[in-house]
Amino acid sequence: MADKSSSHAYWQANVRIILISLAIWFICSFGMGIILRPALKGISVGGADLGFWMAQNGSIYVFLVLIFAYAARMNKLDREHGVEE
Amino acid sequence: MDQFTLNLIVVGATFALYIGIAIWARAGSTAEFYAAGRGVNPIMNGMATGADWMSAASFISMAGIIALAPAGGYTQSAFLMGWTGGYVLLALLLAPYLRKFGKFTVPEFIGDRFYSGAARLVAVICLIVISVTYVIGQMRGVGVTFSRFLEVSTDMGLYIGAAIVFAYAVLGGMKGITYTQVAQYVVLIVAYTIPAIFISLNLTGAFLPQLGLIGGYAPQGGDISMLQKLDQVVTELGFTAYTADTTNMFNMVLFTMSLMIGTAGLPHVIIRFFTVPKVADARSSAGWALVFIALLYTVAPAVGSMARLNLTTTFWPNAVAGNALDGDAIALADIESKPELSWINTWKETGLLQYEDLNGDGKIQYYNDKNEAVAAIATERGWTGNEVTKIDNDIMVLANPEIASLPGWVIALVAAGGLAAALSTAAGLLLAISSAISHDLIKGSINPNISEKGELLAARISMAAAIVVATYLGLNPPGFAAQVVALAFGLAAATIFPALMMGIFSKRINKEGAIAGMLAGLVFTAVYIFLYLGWFFIPGTNVYENTAANHFFGISPLSIGTVGAVVNFGVAYVISSMTKEPPHEVVELVESIRIPKGAGAATGH
Repeated sequence: MADKSSSHAYWQANVRIILISLAIWFICSFGMGIILRPALKGISVGGADLGFWMAQNGSIYVFLVLIFAYAARMNKLDREHGVEE
Repeated sequence: MDQFTLNLIVVGATFALYIGIAIWARAGSTAEFYAAGRGVNPIMNGMATGADWMSAASFISMAGIIALAPAGGYTQSAFLMGWTGGYVLLALLLAPYLRKFGKFTVPEFIGDRFYSGAARLVAVICLIVISVTYVIGQMRGVGVTFSRFLEVSTDMGLYIGAAIVFAYAVLGGMKGITYTQVAQYVVLIVAYTIPAIFISLNLTGAFLPQLGLIGGYAPQGGDISMLQKLDQVVTELGFTAYTADTTNMFNMVLFTMSLMIGTAGLPHVIIRFFTVPKVADARSSAGWALVFIALLYTVAPAVGSMARLNLTTTFWPNAVAGNALDGDAIALADIESKPELSWINTWKETGLLQYEDLNGDGKIQYYNDKNEAVAAIATERGWTGNEVTKIDNDIMVLANPEIASLPGWVIALVAAGGLAAALSTAAGLLLAISSAISHDLIKGSINPNISEKGELLAARISMAAAIVVATYLGLNPPGFAAQVVALAFGLAAATIFPALMMGIFSKRINKEGAIAGMLAGLVFTAVYIFLYLGWFFIPGTNVYENTAANHFFGISPLSIGTVGAVVNFGVAYVISSMTKEPPHEVVELVESIRIPKGAGAATGH
């Protein structure tokens, strides 16, 4: 196993990636889909407003991209710190 | 060939496939029985997770719940975001670390991390309450689908379904369940999307229902969008617009969050990620699971909104090209005579759709008689009330192929799809229950010296017993079965999710903190639900009437899991900081699960 300081740095980097991902997760679902919907009324997506579309379809696409981006970023981080399997 | 024979052939063929897989994928060891030998490809596991997660409710009911919501379809978006967004939490916060931990059950992690048999026992109790609740609904779903499509009684359908699950779950454990779930996923997604594509082509000209949702309304040449048309038609008849905003944003946020963290905390979903070979696979497999789930969840609002529009214009033929109320309502004589309207009486026979010519004018007026403006028009025209007296949520998916005049094999496929959705979820839940009994209770505390062979036998017997109990509860559902689903999600959100997350992300949370936190989350959430739905769901014992005006801060009992989770985190933090730190070996355990390296070695423990 990698030494203590290296594994600490690995974990810090992981937590940072998680926090950024969760910020995007929150903004695209709770933010644009619910809380900011009234503010986004002016932007229309195929007959409805952006907030409506984010709540019914858009946020799900963002979730998908987020998970695969996280998996790819972590694979890279695992290799950089030599902790991959 | 008549429809019944066709249904029988298609459903029979899928069942033969499941049995075939059961014989092929027998489990020879506990590692195979609990975790499919940890050899499942991440994409296959994603598919199996999709089937595991998507229940009879997702397949049959969700589109209708959205489409027919009295407050408008948008307000039900919480289900769409909540039941998908939970996978982000699983992938980022739980799945990779629990896979690295490398054991078999969720309570086992809680017991080891919090070095306490009591913590493990609390987790087992939460797991069993959550999973048993769910499994009742699945068993009912199997029985009901059988009775609708295959002309057998609900009870008989339930016995047949239970026998099929028995065959592959007792023989194959997680291994058999995984590979049948892969097959069941394929059946259910094909069954869901084919009618959706046809209805989208009919109404919007778009092949992909996701594009149809934001497409133009084809019968009027696409000049008006499908959603605007839907809003216009339903508001003309006095119903709330499909895209109308929520009146309680705070509650919608909490409800969505409860569904998300509840999803991430459901044991039968979490254990699916124990079956992949590596930590990196657990991360990507959560992504694949969401791909396969999103295929249904992004189509569901399209199916719901289009089926609602189709249904409404069927009752008001003039609405297809103009305003509904400029023309007459559908005539009884047409329902009886026109072949393209024969589905109305087919579904009337099942009780999912009911109408009655109240004013005896030979026409069926469908409108919202509670709306003042429309009620005024109604009085003027001599209508005496809404004559479509019942539209069940389930009809939006089940009747879709007939409304769109699709061939008989598509109808048969929908029957097989509904059964696949219910059976796959039931099997996953039963495995979570039986492994908690054989691994956490028998091996974990009653008889720790049990041999590998003995434990495998115990696992099979627990599985058989769980199926018998689930079948019994499916035959005699407690009157409160529907309400308990709120409790299941609330509990998963308020007990298991916070305990797992703190176990991974904090080295300081100790035994005392975790147990106090779980119990506080459990009691707080359960009591809030009981206040509105009755103590232990006994009717008449509720303290407050369950209406929005009575909810504290407007928080409905469905949304309380989020607050319960906050209570759990808070109590665990405070109690832990007042009591002594976890022992050194527990801190080492936390450090080891944070590093992917070495997960393979833990396999053969």
